[in-house]
Amino acid sequence: MTDTLQEHADPTLHRGEPLVEMVDVGKTYGAIRALTGINMVVNAGEVTCVLGDNGAGKSTLIKIISGLHPHNEGAVKVDGEEVHFGSPRESLAHGIATVYQDLAVVSLMEVWRNFFLGSEMTGSKLPLSGMKIKDMRRIADEELRKMGIVVKDIDQPIGTLSGGQRQCVAIARAVYFGARVLILDEPTAALGVKQSGVVLKYTAAARDAGLGVVFITHNPHHAYLVGNHFIILKLGQAVLDKKRSEVNLDELTRQMAGGDELTELAHELEGTR
Amino acid sequence: MSTPVKTAPPTPAEASNRVQVTWTTRLLGRPEIGALVAAIVIFIFFLIVAPAFRTPAAFFTVLYQSSTIGIVAVGVGMLMIGGEFDLSAGVLVTSAGLLNGMLCYELGLNLWVGVIISLLFCLAVGFTNGYLVMRTGIPSFLITLGMFFVLQGANLGITKLVTGSVSSPNINQMDGFQSLNFIFAHEFKIGSVTLSITVIWWLLFVVLSAWILQRTKIGNWIFAVGGNAASARAVGVPVTRVKIGLFMTVSFLCWFTGMHYLYRFVTLQAGNGVGNEFLYIIAAVVGGTLLTGGYGNAWGVAIGAFIFGMTSLCIVYAGWDPNWFKAFLGIMLLLAVMVNLYVKRLSTMRKVG
Repeated sequence: MTDTLQEHADPTLHRGEPLVEMVDVGKTYGAIRALTGINMVVNAGEVTCVLGDNGAGKSTLIKIISGLHPHNEGAVKVDGEEVHFGSPRESLAHGIATVYQDLAVVSLMEVWRNFFLGSEMTGSKLPLSGMKIKDMRRIADEELRKMGIVVKDIDQPIGTLSGGQRQCVAIARAVYFGARVLILDEPTAALGVKQSGVVLKYTAAARDAGLGVVFITHNPHHAYLVGNHFIILKLGQAVLDKKRSEVNLDELTRQMAGGDELTELAHELEGTR
Repeated sequence: MSTPVKTAPPTPAEASNRVQVTWTTRLLGRPEIGALVAAIVIFIFFLIVAPAFRTPAAFFTVLYQSSTIGIVAVGVGMLMIGGEFDLSAGVLVTSAGLLNGMLCYELGLNLWVGVIISLLFCLAVGFTNGYLVMRTGIPSFLITLGMFFVLQGANLGITKLVTGSVSSPNINQMDGFQSLNFIFAHEFKIGSVTLSITVIWWLLFVVLSAWILQRTKIGNWIFAVGGNAASARAVGVPVTRVKIGLFMTVSFLCWFTGMHYLYRFVTLQAGNGVGNEFLYIIAAVVGGTLLTGGYGNAWGVAIGAFIFGMTSLCIVYAGWDPNWFKAFLGIMLLLAVMVNLYVKRLSTMRKVG
């Protein structure tokens, strides 16, 4: 299962080297402030987990790294150089691949076309040169089988697959094309237990292959299984930022469940009884 | 961006539940199948009721009639697969011809110069359509409707201003006419039949469009921007460039058809072309293109144009009142939309098992 990752990982990656750095990054949508003062480092060979409730700013954070929305405060550095991505294409060109929770696939298109969308294999550089359709279909099928997904027909529209299967196609695609950094936005949210396990194994495999992984999730249990570094966001700000050695699962779970607010709430409820 | 594949990884040995999809299922899943069946039915029907249609000459006249709609329909079909409309296509054809004819006549230019200027003008119109749609986010239906009225008014206004009438001057004595007539409007006599060069151009454009849509990465991108533009952008498809390119493809083909009319009929009526934009859209929709984008193919659009050419002429061959033609066209369109809706439901439905 890990051979795809080993084969495709950028050979120049060195474990522990910072790939993506965010320094004091903020983002506003008009009058609405989505993120403030975020500092984050994604190191090669490590999984950085970003946790938080709905609306905490998790999706905004990854949309900045993946080039969907440019940041308007602070600095984002890739390989030490400051960048300002204008489109996802630029981010992909730096070897950063993203699996979006809501923007996964084009449902009327065939499975293999979705798999290669935006990164098609062509015979030559000419704009009208033919795609290597046979190879593309074979590779898409093989990569999906490695994730335990056997589609009935690689030519079927991806809309005919189940939600979990579609998510897996998007993850398989990112693993295949993300040579340096892999961003997973709630990859396990739509999945069952078994498929979640596959995704977590993939996440760990990407880490071991030397990739930097950003893992966004609601679920502290999943995060703690693979994470090296944990950031909890609340209302656009980081309320916890700790290495694995500094935090345990109980604290993560407690912080995710509300942390000090939960304690206050408990006192309040205690008083009313 | 994509990483090269070094070696073929070993094939996993797990059991396969792959089913062999039968050829009938594959065939029924194609966008043009409804149009193909309809074309055959209509063809046989007119062979029976219209004796005049039973000659090769009549068949080639039908092909010519189809090509005059079919060439622009190739572009409109691709644009619709890309999720946009172009209502200005019908009058742009006339604008292209008028510009070429009047400019060269008034300034005494070689017609080739006018052809190039007309081409640049059309591409600029296409670019403007695409740029405004992408920049403002206003639906292309409205943007191109605006462009339609602007061009319609300009066609009449400028022609009246320049020539004092509503038709462009006769250009058949001017430099370059012979060569341009050959390129855009030549007729090959083969025995008893006349093959218009536009039929050859039409087939070329159809084949090129089919190649682009099915076999190239640009085709992949066209389907993606029509099917789900946000997802396409997220995986690195240059959505804006693709859509502007599609608008410019339509305007290029409008220019081409405009050149055909100019060099075939020598003079053009400034009011022509109004309403043709719907014929292009009908050809695309009858050919299985989804109005909402993301689905369709070039062969279907070609068959759609052929159905148009066949019915418009065969109603005459059959000796019926040609006024009924539009009623027939409307029924065809409704049937096509219903078939398409059914197809989309089938192909997005999760199959059991």
